[in-house]
Amino acid sequence: MSKENIIELKDIRMSYDGETVLDGIDLTIKDGEFVTFLGPSGCGKTTTLRIIAGFESQDSGDVFFEGKNINAVPPHKRNINTIFQRYALFPHLNVYDNVAFGLKVKKTPRSEIHDKVLEMLELVNLKGLEKRKIDTLSGGQQQRVAIARAIINHPKVLLLDEPLSALDLKLRKDMQVELKNLQKRTGITFIFVTHDQEEALSMSDTVVVMDKGKIQQIGSPADIYNEPKNAFVADFIGESNIIDGIMKKDLLVQINGRDFECLDAGFGVNESVDVVIRPEDVDIVPKDKGMLEGVVTSVTFLGVHYEIIVDINNFKWMIQTTDFHDVGETVGLFIEPDAIHIMRKSEYSGKFGDYSSYSDELDEMNEEAAEAAAAEGNADD
Amino acid sequence: MTKAKSGQVALNAPYLLWAVAFIVVPLIFVAYYAFTTADGGFTFQNIITFFTHKQYMTVFWRSMLYALWATLICLLIAYPFAYCMSKVNMSSQRMLMLLVMLPMLMNLIVRTYSWQQILERNGLINKLLESIGLEPVQFLGNAGVIIFGMVYNYLPFMILPIYSSISKVDKSLLEASNDLGCNAFGTVRRVILPMSLPGILSGITMVFVPCVSTFYISRQFSDGNIKMIGDVIEDKFYRSSVPDYNIGATISLVLMLIILISLAVVNKFSDGDDESGGGVVI
Repeated sequence: MSKENIIELKDIRMSYDGETVLDGIDLTIKDGEFVTFLGPSGCGKTTTLRIIAGFESQDSGDVFFEGKNINAVPPHKRNINTIFQRYALFPHLNVYDNVAFGLKVKKTPRSEIHDKVLEMLELVNLKGLEKRKIDTLSGGQQQRVAIARAIINHPKVLLLDEPLSALDLKLRKDMQVELKNLQKRTGITFIFVTHDQEEALSMSDTVVVMDKGKIQQIGSPADIYNEPKNAFVADFIGESNIIDGIMKKDLLVQINGRDFECLDAGFGVNESVDVVIRPEDVDIVPKDKGMLEGVVTSVTFLGVHYEIIVDINNFKWMIQTTDFHDVGETVGLFIEPDAIHIMRKSEYSGKFGDYSSYSDELDEMNEEAAEAAAAEGNADD
Repeated sequence: MTKAKSGQVALNAPYLLWAVAFIVVPLIFVAYYAFTTADGGFTFQNIITFFTHKQYMTVFWRSMLYALWATLICLLIAYPFAYCMSKVNMSSQRMLMLLVMLPMLMNLIVRTYSWQQILERNGLINKLLESIGLEPVQFLGNAGVIIFGMVYNYLPFMILPIYSSISKVDKSLLEASNDLGCNAFGTVRRVILPMSLPGILSGITMVFVPCVSTFYISRQFSDGNIKMIGDVIEDKFYRSSVPDYNIGATISLVLMLIILISLAVVNKFSDGDDESGGGVVI
């Protein structure tokens, strides 16, 4: 994998009707990387993608492609292809002609088009469907046509705008694996947009977490999960308990009036901080052997593990464990130093990480509402 | 017969009666007159007369030719217009739509009469020309002005179905085409044009059919000197001193058949795609 920068964004700013959509995006993407823009709807991830594709022009800032400024280059002259959210396949053309579209525009000789289209259709497992009309294909098949139509042009960069969101869960998992393999095989730089954190973690080399038009954190999936920069990232990627703490000195943090050893350093003495503890990193022990003590207020069985909510001084912790503990039981919590992650206070402090009002149903409803809003937003533009 | 079925028949009855009284019966009359002589005997002579008399054939081919020209000109004006209309913002689209429809709120006869006043020897334009010292121009009385009259009157029927089919094309398809290397022109040729074909076909039908049977426009714009097939039918039925219902009905019948055949040809082109089409197919 080469280490050349293929795309660079420099201080991209953009607003619609006075509302800031992108607030100073700086980003470098290396050739051959699988990069994911992750964030809730309205965070600016799709807009950033559309600026790279050339469908939108930023108010200020520069886009570089292989070191050259491409602000003024129209989409059809960029060596970048896109897989659209709802595929945008041409309904008046059959599968073959959809895939051949880009090559026909480039006036490629007929026989070469024929060979390449068949090769591509074989690559995406659509052999034999050349003559089918688009509306007779299933969602998964349409997805494959969209992939073949894009990569037949050998783009340097492939942009994918929530391409899996219309598929059911099983198919989505399969396509995740296929896309990842395809990216490795072709060596094309993939820029993938999603609001699904699992998808982002499982597929990407680099995850760019965005919110409110700003990049919150850039890093490998493991970095993002283990070392979140602020409460937003910690909460958006997986479950986390985020507790107010005071950094007594390097490697020592006070939570709930008790000192805990940790692995973080470089904060001011007695600096207020956010402490992240992942639910799976907390052990439940008999109350006299724990570091903290609390009462179990809810237990949910999730197959692999139980999700247990423990109330400690009116702050509700989420703990994932394979051991059952009943509601009302007083338990002790044991936390290893490496389970504790310290973050500086940010605008997001205090907004996330407490499971007081937690319920799965509420979470799902919120997610559905956000998705509906996202779909509406897309229909508007 | 079940109750539901008899109810359905009762509901349909008024429309059925209407259709019989105002569509079927008149058609039977037309057919009757076309195949009978003045004293009521059965004959093919009317049809033979129509196809063998030079005066009828000249008028017939003239009508076809003018209608084809008018349809072609309408298409050439309407397509770019409809395309641009679909590109501007929503409030401008509504405004343009209103402007396109506005002349249609006035009766065709009134519109045509007004244009005759504007274009005639002592009309508005010639008065203006004279006032700045130019020679007056003879606008009326030629093929061009009649075709102009038809284009002017029927252009909205071409614009509206084309506009509706272009504006139905999903924006993401245009982006996809752009993304795959097409510039704006290529996108029109490879995506918008094929996808708006149903609109074009219904526009062609909606302009060609009234054009080929036009009568009033040609009479007003040529002082009755250039006759179209519609004028001849009108003459035969009530303008000439000796009405000839039989030949008039024959010409009407032939014209109807020609229109039906052209509709069948147009529909042949759009087969299988009827749902994605825009506008109206009559």
